[in-house]
Amino acid sequence: MTQPNRLAQGGRVNRDRPLSFVFNGETYQGYEGDTLASALLANAVSVVNRSFKYARPRGIVAAGAEEPNAVVQLGASEAAQTPNVRATQQALYDGLVASSTNGWPNVQRDVMGLFGKVAGKMMPPGFYNKTFMAPASMWMTYEKLIRKAAGLGRSPREQDPDRYEHFHRHCDVLVIGAGPAGLVAASVAANSGARVILCDEQEQMGGCLLSTTETLNGKPANQWLSETLDHLAANPDVLLLPRTTANGYHDHNFVTLHERVAEHLGDTAPEGMARSRMHQVRAKRVVLSTGSHERPLVYANNDVPGNFVSGAISSYIHRYGVVPGNQLVVMTANDQGYRCAIDWYDAGRNVVAIVDARPDADGHWVKQAEERGLRILKGQVVFDTKGTKAVQGAWVSAWNAERFALTGEAQLLECDAIASSGGFSPVVHLAAHTGARPVWRDDIQGFVPAAVKGQLPTGGCNGVYPLHQVLADALDTGITAALDCGYEASRFILPEVDDLVESAPLALFEIPHTKATMRAPYQFVDLQNDVTAAAIELATREGFESIEHVKRYTAMGFGTDQGKLGNINGMAITARRLGQTIPETGTTVFRPNYTPVPFGAIAGPHRRELFDPKRYTALHSWHEQRGATFEDVGLWKRPWYYPIGNESMHDAVSRECLAVRNKVGILDASTLGKIDIQGKDAREFLGRVYTNKWEKLGIGKARYGLMCKDDGMVTDDGVTTCLGDQHFLMTTTTGGAAAILEWLELWHQTEWPELEVYFNSVTDHWATITITGPNSRALLREITDIDLDRDKFKFMEWRQGTVAGVPARVYRISFTGELSYEINVQADFAMHVWQTLFEYENKYGLTPYGTETMHVLRAEKGFIIVGQDTDGSVTPEDLGMQWCIGYDKPFSWIGKRALSRPDTSRRDRKQLVGLKPLKDDVVLEEGAQIVLDPNQPIPMRMVGHVTSSYFSPTLNHGFALALLMDGHNRMGEIVFMPMPDGQVHEAEVVGTVFYDSKGDRQNV
Amino acid sequence: MFLIYCPYCGEEREESEFHAKGQAHLARPADPDNSSDEEWGHYLFFRENPRGIHHELWVHAAGCRKFFNVTRHTVSYEILETYPIGEQPRVTANQMEKPA
Repeated sequence: MTQPNRLAQGGRVNRDRPLSFVFNGETYQGYEGDTLASALLANAVSVVNRSFKYARPRGIVAAGAEEPNAVVQLGASEAAQTPNVRATQQALYDGLVASSTNGWPNVQRDVMGLFGKVAGKMMPPGFYNKTFMAPASMWMTYEKLIRKAAGLGRSPREQDPDRYEHFHRHCDVLVIGAGPAGLVAASVAANSGARVILCDEQEQMGGCLLSTTETLNGKPANQWLSETLDHLAANPDVLLLPRTTANGYHDHNFVTLHERVAEHLGDTAPEGMARSRMHQVRAKRVVLSTGSHERPLVYANNDVPGNFVSGAISSYIHRYGVVPGNQLVVMTANDQGYRCAIDWYDAGRNVVAIVDARPDADGHWVKQAEERGLRILKGQVVFDTKGTKAVQGAWVSAWNAERFALTGEAQLLECDAIASSGGFSPVVHLAAHTGARPVWRDDIQGFVPAAVKGQLPTGGCNGVYPLHQVLADALDTGITAALDCGYEASRFILPEVDDLVESAPLALFEIPHTKATMRAPYQFVDLQNDVTAAAIELATREGFESIEHVKRYTAMGFGTDQGKLGNINGMAITARRLGQTIPETGTTVFRPNYTPVPFGAIAGPHRRELFDPKRYTALHSWHEQRGATFEDVGLWKRPWYYPIGNESMHDAVSRECLAVRNKVGILDASTLGKIDIQGKDAREFLGRVYTNKWEKLGIGKARYGLMCKDDGMVTDDGVTTCLGDQHFLMTTTTGGAAAILEWLELWHQTEWPELEVYFNSVTDHWATITITGPNSRALLREITDIDLDRDKFKFMEWRQGTVAGVPARVYRISFTGELSYEINVQADFAMHVWQTLFEYENKYGLTPYGTETMHVLRAEKGFIIVGQDTDGSVTPEDLGMQWCIGYDKPFSWIGKRALSRPDTSRRDRKQLVGLKPLKDDVVLEEGAQIVLDPNQPIPMRMVGHVTSSYFSPTLNHGFALALLMDGHNRMGEIVFMPMPDGQVHEAEVVGTVFYDSKGDRQNV
Repeated sequence: MFLIYCPYCGEEREESEFHAKGQAHLARPADPDNSSDEEWGHYLFFRENPRGIHHELWVHAAGCRKFFNVTRHTVSYEILETYPIGEQPRVTANQMEKPA
């Protein structure tokens, strides 16, 4: 197995550790230290993918996070499938299996390619919007096809066996990027005493120092690099995180770092090791030393495999000992291209020509190239590529920059690789995550981060490129960071670096062709989304002027690479077409994540039982043993019903309902919110937050209360009992407990701080056991010392005593309409009391019931559930609960004033009514819309909807509660509910109380 | 995620401990029953939506349960001060407009 493009020596790979890997079914070899990309190039694999829209063959163009083409699917097994992996960032490991995400049947022979050739011409920008517009109902079908054709990888169909971790970290200075700037800034801050985290996305720290030929202190860069890293590693206040991408920069210097702990070791993490880790860092100062990305130039067929950005070639040579070709043509507008050519030549391969768009250049690297005798074509450009699956040549011509046109004869230079360099773009992505727009600088022809508090861009990210200037800039930044964090800045001696003279770069983004842009072969701007210069030109012709609109219309920058390579070129091309400057055209917004992050890392340990907290009552184990089916109410697990044997839900609920109506049922009501309210003004406070009156409620009494917001809409209800003259216990709905406590605190703290009143949640302290039904008094009498005589312990009263030998508060209140007692005991006594009651199970026919039965029974009595029969737009009057409104209370309680507003006092508002279906076996659907005339044309006029609907086993027919426009005046009318299946249900409007309307049963 | 200084706890804590409760310094009309529909409607439904300095009510829900005020810049999201209920902001939009 040969690696034709691998040099015999050089690079930071370990030739003693060959690794075997599979790409698109073929087995290859690489070395430890390779990335998947460098190993593919070493093996001369030129086509790694097919393009998104035109299905053109694509090869590797870059060496880092900015790679748009080499996006692969990783994973040998189904469970390990990982989409969206950039081959340039994936470390090679033995047994790695990867495949292209696009191309059918494969990338070499792609059927879609033919389609792309033909249909591509018919797919201008806006193609999807224009073609798949109608009918709207077909969009879901189109979308599936488009997704499949787009081929951006797939998620695994089996469960991920790996473990992911979340860390929370705090530091003085977070340094992002461990190139020369980051290393200096981190060292200065750390030497000054600051707690420092230094992270870098690559396998090894060092950034450009890993591939530079420049010397530091007269020695190869590697020596200063390892000394500096050793020094940092020895400092206990420094945390070094290699293989760690800062993927999101959030408000107030909160940065999320994704550390790939084991992704370089194999498909799945070794036993006991997390696959990756999300660090959530809060830093006082964040140093952005993220460097810059080199821009490729836009010329025709610049996507043919074998086209690279020039710096990538230097990286492959110096870091991996890989030269991706034999004959190189360099196209440059600055001195960087010369460095690439020199590296190529020094690696022993042939440089066909350096094509420099500038008429003259005489910097250090130009002279180095001249010394080597390299052919330099000044004032010329590469405007087209020969070849389809691989570069076969470069078309070169002289050009006139002012006229933006080629001049003279074109010549073909035969070659198998083209490197281009259009300049550098600072990596401003993180700096833009919190919303700050980058600022254009003409002198460097690039965007730099805007000034944001706590954020310190330095080096390449700050538009500083020559190494000696980068080091000096980083020294300043490190000192600033240390001082900002309250440390005295320590001395740091910068390494000596030659000040290499560079010739002035030319602002060049696109290169003219012999044909007009619209007629020229494809000139790609965004390789991942197949956006061309012609597409941008068309967008501007069609009237798109904002860069944000151009971006959306052409899909430029919408790939998983977020347009790292192409965006600036796209903006420049847009600006030229609009006759504007780039800053006038503006930049687009970058959003987290910088590079894709696996969902596993985002979820971390928050999955399965740790996904969401669960709350259990003290009686939960009993419910489980009894075979209860559970319902989620907020975070609570509540028994829904208790099926016996193979009983259906309907049968179980019917049995439970009849048991309550005829004998006695028992309910675990512990989840009700309970708020203990004390203080000399507690009574006054209740009068202000409830709609009804509280001043005369005596000790030992309980009262139902309704709560509104100040807009007059019902927000909660519950029973509050008077425990002492300055002591009350409020109950709230299960779901509203926390919100109501906050609501009470809000009014007390912000409006009425003069009232002396204190609130405390006691929901978990008390368990509540409801026994209800005609036998409840006889049952309770067996185990309590409280006098249950009907005249001594009346409805809506409470008594203190013992139940089953433990202290208890017993409330005689009812949510079923039956004689009921709510037994409140300390939560850890609950099981004892419950089990003691069940000693009388057979004697009294005691039956446990769940929330479903509770709902049926309360609805039969017309008792509302706030949040089910109300939705924040319902007043007490809409509910017909005028009996619960203290219109003449002296203080204008919360919600009172709004009840007299014109809209709130309208007579034809939606009001709560009962509905009795004309057919006894019909159970209306909750949420069904009500109309008055079922024969009217669609869209019909909807006058209300069903809020609660059940079958009543007691009454033996279906019944419902509904909000109906002007409902209180429609008693006896017939209304209609047309259903999606074409049926129309009919029901009579009736009162809300279906059972025992006089309330005799609870007053026995 | 914000870092918020609770003026009662005297510490900076993560945003997840707090709930935002909307605009600060909303005055409930002193005599609701005699306020006009317009006045009451204004109190109920009208809120500032400034680009820039905004005074907000927050509560340290998973902490001391105290309500307090925050002066926040709605573009940069910078929190310029936090102060207890009953106090007035030291940083205001008018003040910010003046040259420093």
